[in-house]
Amino acid sequence: MADTRTIAVTINGTVHNATVETRMTLVDFLRHELKLTGTHVGCEHGVCGACTVLVNGVSARACLMLVVQCDGQRVATVESLAGDRKLNVLQQSFQDNHGLQCGFCTPGMLMTLTEFLRDHPEPSEAQVREVLSGNLCRCTGYQSIVDATLDAAKKMREAAR
Amino acid sequence: MFKAGHFTLKPAPFTYHDPHSVDDAVDLLARHENARVLAGGQSLMPMMNFRYAMPDHLIDLNKVGELAYIHVENNALHIGAMTRQRDLEFSDDIARHCPLLKAALAHVGHRQTRNRGTLGGSLCHQDPSAELVNAAALLGATMHVVSQRGKRDLAAAEFALAYMTTALAPDEMLAGVTFPLPTQGTAHAFVEFARRHGDFAIVACSAMLGLDGKGNIAKVALAISGLAHAPVRPATIEQALLGQKADAATFKAAAAEAGKLEAGADAYVTATYRQHLARMLTYRALEQAATSATENHHG
Ligand SMILES: Cc1cc2nc3c(=O)[nH]c(=O)nc-3n(C[C@@H](O)[C@H](O)[C@H](O)COP(=O)(O)OP(=O)(O)OC[C@H]3O[C@@H](n4cnc5c(N)ncnc54)[C@H](O)[C@@H]3O)c2cc1C
Ligand code: FES
Ligand code: FES
Repeated sequence: MADTRTIAVTINGTVHNATVETRMTLVDFLRHELKLTGTHVGCEHGVCGACTVLVNGVSARACLMLVVQCDGQRVATVESLAGDRKLNVLQQSFQDNHGLQCGFCTPGMLMTLTEFLRDHPEPSEAQVREVLSGNLCRCTGYQSIVDATLDAAKKMREAAR
Repeated sequence: MFKAGHFTLKPAPFTYHDPHSVDDAVDLLARHENARVLAGGQSLMPMMNFRYAMPDHLIDLNKVGELAYIHVENNALHIGAMTRQRDLEFSDDIARHCPLLKAALAHVGHRQTRNRGTLGGSLCHQDPSAELVNAAALLGATMHVVSQRGKRDLAAAEFALAYMTTALAPDEMLAGVTFPLPTQGTAHAFVEFARRHGDFAIVACSAMLGLDGKGNIAKVALAISGLAHAPVRPATIEQALLGQKADAATFKAAAAEAGKLEAGADAYVTATYRQHLARMLTYRALEQAATSATENHHG
């Protein structure tokens, strides 16, 4: 018999009650059970960062967590960013600055940067490059992602003023 | 009920346990064959996803609150095995009392992996070039091991038994680590060479240096990772440095010796290249440590 548990996990503000196999990863739960396919899955061993989500506000690899570990926790995915079919400031900056080409890495980039810009509203370029070390992009060469991040930081600061 | 029948799950089946105390965790370890503890999952989960690791029982330590702590007492830093690397990175106690550990952490993976990864997980995974394993060797850390049979303490060197293997018995786990604090006035440096920022190092070198009033070396320790299964503490090089002037010529001579230490090779990196890196990084670590030691003196 498969080892299962019944859990309650809050995803993007909605509580989901589910009985899951304990060996199911968080990213498989999001994509295959909830059909929240915004979170991408690339390497499934922690290297690429495409699956990055926020667990209780803290960035984590969704391929390296079991969904049972999220029982009673809050998970935020890329689907939480846009409101009312309108891109948020960070997403809009990605579009304006060509921060994506194929878009495969983008959900992970956005979630990593959501946490980063919350903690570092005035980042230096070096800090941005360092935090991006955990997310691989095979298209952009990163420069446009760095530009988009610095642009978003500036716009967020202006909006806060 | 959700069923996973329509797609394949990555890890092989196991029974999941989530104890809330060390007592319960060691009880589970004693009772079950082929059991494995799960800490931050940043190394074990990849191995399970690949099915290199196929435990029958997974004992998740993430709810064992008593294993997460940082405190300074009796000239030593005491850290619980389940303390997140991220919490170490931002601990005031560590920045103030043991800056070497903070410098080492800056090289450990990425923000997302440090958010979950733990001190104990890194030490028990025992990757030969893990930065925290290096810091434990340099500082002479003591590992506090528990099982239902009792407790025992192991020195970092005894704990690192073989390639990616610790001295832990199957029913034992790491509860905490004690790092003796460097004495006042000693300076440190941590340098490494990796293909990309956040990758495991090919070779890493840490140094601890204390100078006397005349600027001669009164205290020194070196730890070089990436040459063997565990970091090397080159006793003869350390001995030869004592009493010497802390200058470029001294460091060059020490570095030349480091470049002659025995090194292993793998499919990607030759032994000769590792020795070259050991020489370069030993020089840099000593020079950086000396610079900050002199600054400490004047500042
Ligand atoms: C992309 C990426 C890059 C990385 N880069 C680096 C790097 O540059 N340097 C580096 O050092 N690490 C790096 N790591 C690995 C690091 O993130 C892990 O934190 C660390 O190796 C394991 O810690 P963990 O807490 O995640 O342990 P886990 O993965 O949960 O466990 C690792 C092993 O230790 C055992 N274990 C854990 N805790 C205990 C305990 N208390 N008692 C007994 N056994 C225990 C487990 O059973 C398992 O065998 C990287 C990881 C990723 C995904
Ligand atoms: S899919 Fe999780 S890091 Fe690549
Ligand atoms: S946009 Fe294609 S991988 Fe980043």
